[in-house]
Amino acid sequence: MRIELEVWRQDGPRERGRFEAHVVDDATPEMSLLELLDRLNDQLVEGGQEPIQFESDCREGACGACGVTVNDVPHGPVPRTPSCRQHLRSFGAVTRLRIEPLRSAAFPVVRDLVVDRTALDRLIRAGGHVDVMTGTAPDADAVLVTHDDAEVALDFAACIGCGACVAACPNGAAHLFAGAKLAHLALVPHGRLERGRRAVAVVDALEAEFGPCSTYGECVEVCPAGIPLTAVAAVHRERLRSVFRGRAD
Amino acid sequence: MTHGWTVSDRLLDAHVPAGDPLGAWDRRRAEYRLVNPANRRHLKVIVVGTGLAGAGAAAALGELGYQVACFTFHDAPRRAHSVAAQGGINAPRARKVDGDSVRRFVTDAVKGGDFRGREADVVRLATESVRVIDHLQAIGAPFAREYGGQLATRSFGGVQVSRTYYTRGQTGQQLQVAASQALLRQVQRGSVRLHTRAEMLDLVVADGRAQGIVTRDLVSGAIGVHTAHAVVLATGGYGSVYFHSTLAVNSNATATWRAHRRGALFGCPSFVQFHPTALPVSSPWQSKTTLMSESLRNDGRIWVPANPGDERAANDIPEAERDYYLERRYPAYGNLTPRDVASRAARAEIVAGRGVGPLRNSVYLDFRDAIARLGRDTIAERYGNLFAMYTDVTGEDPYVEPMRIAPGAHFTMGGLWSDYDQMTSVPGLFVGGEAGSNYHGANRLGANSLLSACVDGWFTLPLSVPNWLAGLVGTPTLEQDAPEALEALETVARRTTHLLENEGTRRPTWFHRRLGEILDEGCGVSRSEAGLRAALEQVRQLGADFWADVRVGGRGDRLNQELERAGRVADFLELAELMVVDALDRTESCGAHFREEFTTELGEALRDDERWVNVSAWETTPVGKHIRHTEPLAFELVPLQVRDYR
Repeated sequence: MRIELEVWRQDGPRERGRFEAHVVDDATPEMSLLELLDRLNDQLVEGGQEPIQFESDCREGACGACGVTVNDVPHGPVPRTPSCRQHLRSFGAVTRLRIEPLRSAAFPVVRDLVVDRTALDRLIRAGGHVDVMTGTAPDADAVLVTHDDAEVALDFAACIGCGACVAACPNGAAHLFAGAKLAHLALVPHGRLERGRRAVAVVDALEAEFGPCSTYGECVEVCPAGIPLTAVAAVHRERLRSVFRGRAD
Repeated sequence: MTHGWTVSDRLLDAHVPAGDPLGAWDRRRAEYRLVNPANRRHLKVIVVGTGLAGAGAAAALGELGYQVACFTFHDAPRRAHSVAAQGGINAPRARKVDGDSVRRFVTDAVKGGDFRGREADVVRLATESVRVIDHLQAIGAPFAREYGGQLATRSFGGVQVSRTYYTRGQTGQQLQVAASQALLRQVQRGSVRLHTRAEMLDLVVADGRAQGIVTRDLVSGAIGVHTAHAVVLATGGYGSVYFHSTLAVNSNATATWRAHRRGALFGCPSFVQFHPTALPVSSPWQSKTTLMSESLRNDGRIWVPANPGDERAANDIPEAERDYYLERRYPAYGNLTPRDVASRAARAEIVAGRGVGPLRNSVYLDFRDAIARLGRDTIAERYGNLFAMYTDVTGEDPYVEPMRIAPGAHFTMGGLWSDYDQMTSVPGLFVGGEAGSNYHGANRLGANSLLSACVDGWFTLPLSVPNWLAGLVGTPTLEQDAPEALEALETVARRTTHLLENEGTRRPTWFHRRLGEILDEGCGVSRSEAGLRAALEQVRQLGADFWADVRVGGRGDRLNQELERAGRVADFLELAELMVVDALDRTESCGAHFREEFTTELGEALRDDERWVNVSAWETTPVGKHIRHTEPLAFELVPLQVRDYR
């Protein structure tokens, strides 16, 4: 099958970017979006051009390294599926693809389709962790966790850190990401003990780095991990809770 | 001298504690030298890699007060490939009454590894596994729970007890996220300095010990030296040398291979596990083989058409003309034979012309009978996410037609050789996780990989590295402009320039694909002397062709993924040669290393315990000659016995 592409090229963070038009004539339905880019890159190198830089790693949807915007949708036309698992056979009649980086002020372009998402890690650094010295944890069987709490914690912990939620948000908010972490750690036994101070630290970093949330819900539509919109509510709940309690836990 | 390698009579000492093996780790821990807390901040450790082993070691050493610098080529520590492990993590916590124990774990792992791993290290793995689960749950991994609140477990291949802890089908992801946030906690505290998008390209050895690394900043292209009192490599395995593998596309052997070229011996490089339930390669542009959890073999039946070249659709082939070859050949274990046995049997069917699918390179994994017996809903509940993933990748519906699976290169049991304290043959250079080679012998059991990475990272290296550092209190780190540092820096710069400027015609990926074909054919699931000799010749030729004809292009002073790939493929080519040499040299079949010349009358693997109860630890000289050294293995807890799954 023939696919027409417009692909974003940008030499560096401070350079101006532009779209480049290309055609791949021998695309096949079983190709993933990223394999289409692999194929295009082969073509580009054959023609003496530099390949398009884009990120991916596990290509199974677990690592969160991949992520491009396809026809204005982060990750691509198949809802809630990472770029690596978007296959051409699922694109229906769409054969013209405009591919650009995940767009957000918080994610500066490194080169071509590669962006810098370390702002997400700065949220985790600020407080998205649990303060336990190695080797001091009590017997995990003696710490009881209800089946339901473990399952709900997992629903939030499933986040792969790809940043598509930020790119989908008209405000560039990272509430789905931050809320998923706050909700996850509020549901695990040791995480609960510093729930208040974590909320303050993470929300402060969130407000410093990202836009405000207007609950558009665009983030949920693109999230490959199926993080529910209640994660966004968790940001406000955890923050308010810490204000009223005024305690570290 | 045989086929271009030599065998030395040097026997390696792994420094295993003498005496009762079950108490060995306790005794060793009590002997380790300690460093006064006030001195720790003057001692610097480099940790390369942020997977479960690297993040654990860096976080724990930082927490203890050492100055830690941690490096990853990823943009974030969470991306390390530990993230992709699905099934679970083993721990013989032995709370239940199913007869599990440390000793039982050791028996399973040693036997599963076909008596080619180090028993004493496996004991440590079992002993520390208890704390690993406690710690990871405390730092945020939401392990699956029973309704009574206790940790849930499940069973895994090659084992008769239930000791695998899990979080749905994403155990690796949950452990990796917990470990990387623990690492980021130390970064926030200032005890670990994290360098992302920084790739290690060489090791600095001075005064006979590892004193630093050379890295390239993947964004700016800057090549720099970082020095320290000790270096830990936790950079993962090299299964991606086969091009099509279950590994991530950026997984590579460069850090370990460069360390090898600086003197670190490489243990059993040919020991590679092929996972029997990977998805087959179905198109020329496919970039990897997706792994399907082996739990599918609990209910799926594996078969091929009895007649070669049968063109009919799977569902049109009547029962009498199907060959359920695993059930036929291994009635005791049937579809649940260990990974190496299942992969080999599949390959034998494919080679015999009974493979299925458009390229005839796969076998069927059929759920028809299970759906008839248990109902579609039960099967959906057990495997729904895997079925969805299968449909996603192939466009086929496994509820209606059988899945097609094929062996895929997966885990490398081989890796840098190290002693019991995880120190390689280069003093001051330590190894953790899949980058090492101690535990799994010639075949790894499912769910032991996450465990070995976690035990190394959190509970071994934080004790054994300080034991080394204790001897260096008051010693400054190597100067950045020391001759050894400058030499390594110049070597990297020269290589980088060469790759950039070479006026070749082929992309690095072309060579990588070709290398994968050669290895699959000659040094894959099944090996023969003739096939290995041919592969050796082809790999050497391909290596020469690479340097003559590779084309990278672009600039070195900005992000250049083609350049990154070229360096990794260059190292894969050298490593591949050693893998083939090792496979040729080891004249026996054991675990995943199956030599067609060494089989029983029934065609099963035949070990040679007279000659080969040992680890081959390879040296490569500066001019590229291979020398084998030997570490003899002793088994005190598990008597040598033949694996029999019939």
